[in-house]
Amino acid sequence: MTPNIVEIDNLSFGYKGRMLHQGINMVFPRGKVTAIMGGSGSGKTTLLRLIGGQIKPTKGQVRVDGDVVHQQDRTGIYRIRRKMGMLFQQGALFTDLSVFENVAFPMREHTDLPESMIRDLVLMKLNAVGLRGAHQLMPTELSGGMARRVALARAIALDPSIIMYDEPFAGLDPISMGVICHLIRTLNDALGATSIIVTHDVEETFRFADYIYFVANGVVAAEGTPDELRNSNLPFVHQFVYGEKDGPVPFHYAADDYARSLLEHKA
Amino acid sequence: MIKSGLLIGLIRVFRNIGHRFVDGIWRLGAGMRLFWLTLTSSGESFRRFHLTIREIYFTGVMSLIIILVSAFFVGMVLGLQGYHTLQRYGSSEAIGVLVALALVRELGPVVTALLFAGRAGTAITAEIGLMKATEQLSAMEMMAVNPIARVIAPRFWAGVIAMPILATLFSMVGVLGGYLVAVPVIGVDAGAFWSQMQANVDWQHDILNGVIKSMVFGVACTMIALFEGYDAPPTAEGVSHATTRTVVTSSLAILGLDFILTSFMINV
Amino acid sequence: MDRTTIDLWVGVFVALGVAALLGLAMKVGNLTTANIGETYTVTANFENIGGLKPRAPVKSAGVVVGRVAGITFDSATYEAVVSLNIDKRYAFPKDTFANIYTAGLLGEQYVGLEAGGDDVQLANGDKITQTQDAVVLEKMISQFLYNKASESTDDKSKASSESTKSEEDTLGASPLDKIGKSSADKAEK
Repeated sequence: MTPNIVEIDNLSFGYKGRMLHQGINMVFPRGKVTAIMGGSGSGKTTLLRLIGGQIKPTKGQVRVDGDVVHQQDRTGIYRIRRKMGMLFQQGALFTDLSVFENVAFPMREHTDLPESMIRDLVLMKLNAVGLRGAHQLMPTELSGGMARRVALARAIALDPSIIMYDEPFAGLDPISMGVICHLIRTLNDALGATSIIVTHDVEETFRFADYIYFVANGVVAAEGTPDELRNSNLPFVHQFVYGEKDGPVPFHYAADDYARSLLEHKA
Repeated sequence: MIKSGLLIGLIRVFRNIGHRFVDGIWRLGAGMRLFWLTLTSSGESFRRFHLTIREIYFTGVMSLIIILVSAFFVGMVLGLQGYHTLQRYGSSEAIGVLVALALVRELGPVVTALLFAGRAGTAITAEIGLMKATEQLSAMEMMAVNPIARVIAPRFWAGVIAMPILATLFSMVGVLGGYLVAVPVIGVDAGAFWSQMQANVDWQHDILNGVIKSMVFGVACTMIALFEGYDAPPTAEGVSHATTRTVVTSSLAILGLDFILTSFMINV
Repeated sequence: MDRTTIDLWVGVFVALGVAALLGLAMKVGNLTTANIGETYTVTANFENIGGLKPRAPVKSAGVVVGRVAGITFDSATYEAVVSLNIDKRYAFPKDTFANIYTAGLLGEQYVGLEAGGDDVQLANGDKITQTQDAVVLEKMISQFLYNKASESTDDKSKASSESTKSEEDTLGASPLDKIGKSSADKAEK
């Protein structure tokens, strides 16, 4: 058993000639909460998709429990994915199924458990996220925060060893945010799982993550524990952590000289 | 100056044609690939047939009203129009044959398929497109569940099963509509109506061929709707475009296939 | 929506579909009349079958007694070989006459059987020897026009006193008569 459940090795990925990642190295130790941070459009979500084997890397590899993800056939990838639970940005609940059936979905698909046991398990999972009372509702009747909690219950339905979170805090009110924060930490410790969180929410993440990677311009720009990063002298990290408008990441998208382009237009 | 403007315009036209052509071929290939994946994942979805039954409910049962009402009116119109033409030749008893053959061979399968594309096809496209836009299909993949087996294949088989049933009902109700106009309203002899019909409508060459047609339409219509949904860009605009394309492509495919099938069936 | 409700509706839906198919087959189509059950096959040679098609009805005294099973061409005699499936319930004498008729002026063509007087009856695989070809409209018209033309040239060359005779000649060579003759010839063979 390797100490790191997920290892990313010299990974490059790009669409149509535009490289999104250029040689990324990351390790995710077992039992820890590791966050991947970076600006919008820096390819954080794509990293999760690469770990889950939904897309193939251009170069390098991702290893889950020692297996190289992109070299697996479909059964191999499905075997790897059964170790994973993923919380999508907007929850991605199945809108034609009730809350109960959404959480029961992975169990029905992958196990032959009797109905009574499925019921107990689903209510247990829903209880863990505090929504046991809502099991009869349809996803459309839930608020954003509740939907995300149901999706979390569904992600942990089969007790995965890796839980991936894609922007778990986006668009949530502070109370829901606090709840999700609390859940990520407690579920990770209670299930003995490994959590990978993709986010750009500095304050929340720094509060509970064990280790943080900063991704910028396709490479890991900085890494460390929250305390190390808070005191980091790197200008990029400083800009990101303290939310400054201008810095190494420019306010303006790359463009011609402003004055000249105005003059040219006139002529 | 004008010359070069013309040249640029021409180049643009050809580029447009080329782009559309390449795009069309690409879509055809991608659609065929999805069709193949659907067929190969069908075993998985047959083992849990209740998924298909559920989709038969949404595509078939929910389309019943529109199909039956349209069939009734089409049958009545055929009866009226047929009578006015046939009575000039003094053969108004042949109205039963006319109504039945028109419905069983052509209008039943074709009109049903067109209505199906508008009613069930668009619903399928929008549903799949939205499932994709809201990452439901991705979520399924990440749960190690094949969305083609779980979502696409049941809808495909539901369409293939529901279409012939709807077309048969369409023909039957249409004949009843024609009967209602011809016999009680116009006063054609009921015996002549039915006996002429039975003497000239062949079980195998007319009725079964009609059913075969509607099965082919079922495959084409459902597959187009599924592909457009599956291929839709995950935005509101993308889904709405895909829905429109479903109707346009399905209608053209139905009419084109109808011509091909009819020419085969008549030669045999 | 409850699964049992869905099952119920889909069950009703499928049952309706099957019922409609049966209804089409029985009430609209000819499944009841087309399956004439046991048949025996006889063949008949025609010099010209006109527009006769497979599955055309075989009628005797206006009653459908069978269907045309197939049409082939015999390259030895240059004739059309038409095989007829006839219902086992109806027996016909060996010297039965087979004609190709047209239903109405422009209707479909069918085979008409006229029973002869022979004691021996047609059996499976037998051949009907006495046949009459289809009336081909173009042939009739062209022959009629040809006769008309020859009549007018006759008028010019011959004296007016002979005109009544020449008219008789043209009538005698009318196409219908000719067809009757040819089949009679065939019957003699």
